[in-house]
Amino acid sequence: MTLPTPDLQVAAQPSIEMPPGAAIVEFKDVSIGFEQNHVLKNISFRVERGETRIILGPAGGGKSTLLKLANGLLKPDSGEIWIFGKPLSGMSEREIFELRAHIGMVFQESALFDSLTVEDNVAYRLHEERVPEAEAHDRVVEALRFVELEKAITKFPPELSGGMRRRVSIARAIISKPDLILYDSPTGGLDPITSTTIIELVVKQRDVSNTTSLLITHRLQDAFTLATHRFSQSTGHMEPIPDGKLDPGTKFLVLNEGKIVFDGTTHELTHTQDPWLRAYLE
Amino acid sequence: MKLVSPGAFAKNIVASVQEYSLLSGRAIGNLFTNPRYIADTFTQMDSIGVGSLPIVVLTGFFTGCVLALQAAVSLKEFGAINMTGKLVALSMVKELGPVLTGLMVSGRNASGMASELGSMKVTEQIDAMRALGTDPIRKLVTPRLVATVFMLFFLTIISDACGTGGGALVAVVLLRLNGPAFFHTAYMSLVGGDVVEGLVKPLFSGFIIATIGCYYGLRTTGGTQGVGKATTQAVVASSVLIILVDFLVTQLMIGIFGR
Ligand SMILES: Nc1ncnc2c1ncn2[C@@H]1O[C@H](COP(=O)(O)OP(=O)(O)OP(=O)(O)O)[C@@H](O)[C@H]1O
Ligand SMILES: [Mg+2]
Repeated sequence: MTLPTPDLQVAAQPSIEMPPGAAIVEFKDVSIGFEQNHVLKNISFRVERGETRIILGPAGGGKSTLLKLANGLLKPDSGEIWIFGKPLSGMSEREIFELRAHIGMVFQESALFDSLTVEDNVAYRLHEERVPEAEAHDRVVEALRFVELEKAITKFPPELSGGMRRRVSIARAIISKPDLILYDSPTGGLDPITSTTIIELVVKQRDVSNTTSLLITHRLQDAFTLATHRFSQSTGHMEPIPDGKLDPGTKFLVLNEGKIVFDGTTHELTHTQDPWLRAYLE
Repeated sequence: MKLVSPGAFAKNIVASVQEYSLLSGRAIGNLFTNPRYIADTFTQMDSIGVGSLPIVVLTGFFTGCVLALQAAVSLKEFGAINMTGKLVALSMVKELGPVLTGLMVSGRNASGMASELGSMKVTEQIDAMRALGTDPIRKLVTPRLVATVFMLFFLTIISDACGTGGGALVAVVLLRLNGPAFFHTAYMSLVGGDVVEGLVKPLFSGFIIATIGCYYGLRTTGGTQGVGKATTQAVVASSVLIILVDFLVTQLMIGIFGR
């Protein structure tokens, strides 16, 4: 286990200019549907700087759709989405591409480029930005070390296991030190041990770089691990926060059938009186 | 099969044509602004141009051979068997070279583009590309468009040459005609207009192959089954369009050059 390299420890002071008091992500009354069936209905929420927002909900509830909206990959039918204090609706395609330079995204099925090696996948954004080859290589090695996959650097994505692909995908998302990371089910379909490894990476990224993030998960266990653990620089592993305390920056959003049924802290979620939520959490 | 009302059907077609035009327009527009993906363009040139060389050479050659055989039979009736060279050259350069090359490359590359981009679409690689700040049209479509138009032009010339060569071989070996006379009549019969016509056609075909292949690829939905469907549709649509546009260009050229 290697310690995070100093370069990744730079606290994330958003490199993008933001109006004071603005949230990193803000949805205002957002609705979207595909061919008459409404997927998200009147969604409103805010994600503040440094927050880790965990999105829970049954399959097909519109979680992935919400994440794609936050990245401008989909456009809402109505409502406004503000990212870094700027409305997406007022932006040209070119401005959205510039904005995305500050957002890292881990897709549900990893979405690695099959025709490129792991190195080229991870370095994709750096190559686009014409970063010199030597520097790009060093940063790829650094990012792969972060996800503990340096050995796989010359492999192609089809040669990797699902868990490895997910980790490469995380490396690709964090390499440009984004101000916001969108994780779509990073532990979906993985065994408990690999899931824990990936959650540890998310905790590490949260506590080392203080990056704001949105994270979808189907595993409540992962969600609570995130809320109750912190990353220890001295051991290089995550550890439970002492005295049963909770991570103050970790909050929850629960979606069901396109509506928000819960928006609040871990404490509020575990002490909810809502019968549907209680049943879901059981 | 699901039945749709004629109104909805017409709307669908108009929407598709509009989407296709937008895609083509943006693919061309990207040529004039940065960033440009030169390396990707060369990779595509290699796969489209060099990769298609064997089939283009073979089809061109055997088409020429067959033309010579068929032409000789008819021309003999009129005692004009010496005109075989003229007929082979004119047919190859004006019509068969461009069209057959276009169809061959369409079968090979429009399908390739549709399935490659289609798989990328259904595995969210296209979305990932956008999320990483790259415009997929700029990165994927424009290089394929440039490469196909450029390479198809030269492939057509090669096909014309192979066809004429094949015709000459048949004329000399099987029909016992005079070789130099074959090439002389062939050469004398071709005038500027014929050559221009033969060289304008591949520019259109190349455009059709790349834009149709990419269009069907990028609009793929419905998993691997959708990829198969997109591939088939791309080949069918581009082949039909190539022949249709060939007709229109021929018409136009007759208007301009009078032959
Ligand atoms: N591109 C699309 N076209 C049509 N329908 C879509 C599209 N994307 C999503 N949907 C529909 O929207 C709904 C929500 O999908 P979404 O992928 O957001 O669910 P999810 O909450 O991420 O589910 P899961 O937990 O299984 O990943 C589903 O009913 C799905 O069928
Ligand atoms: Mg999903």
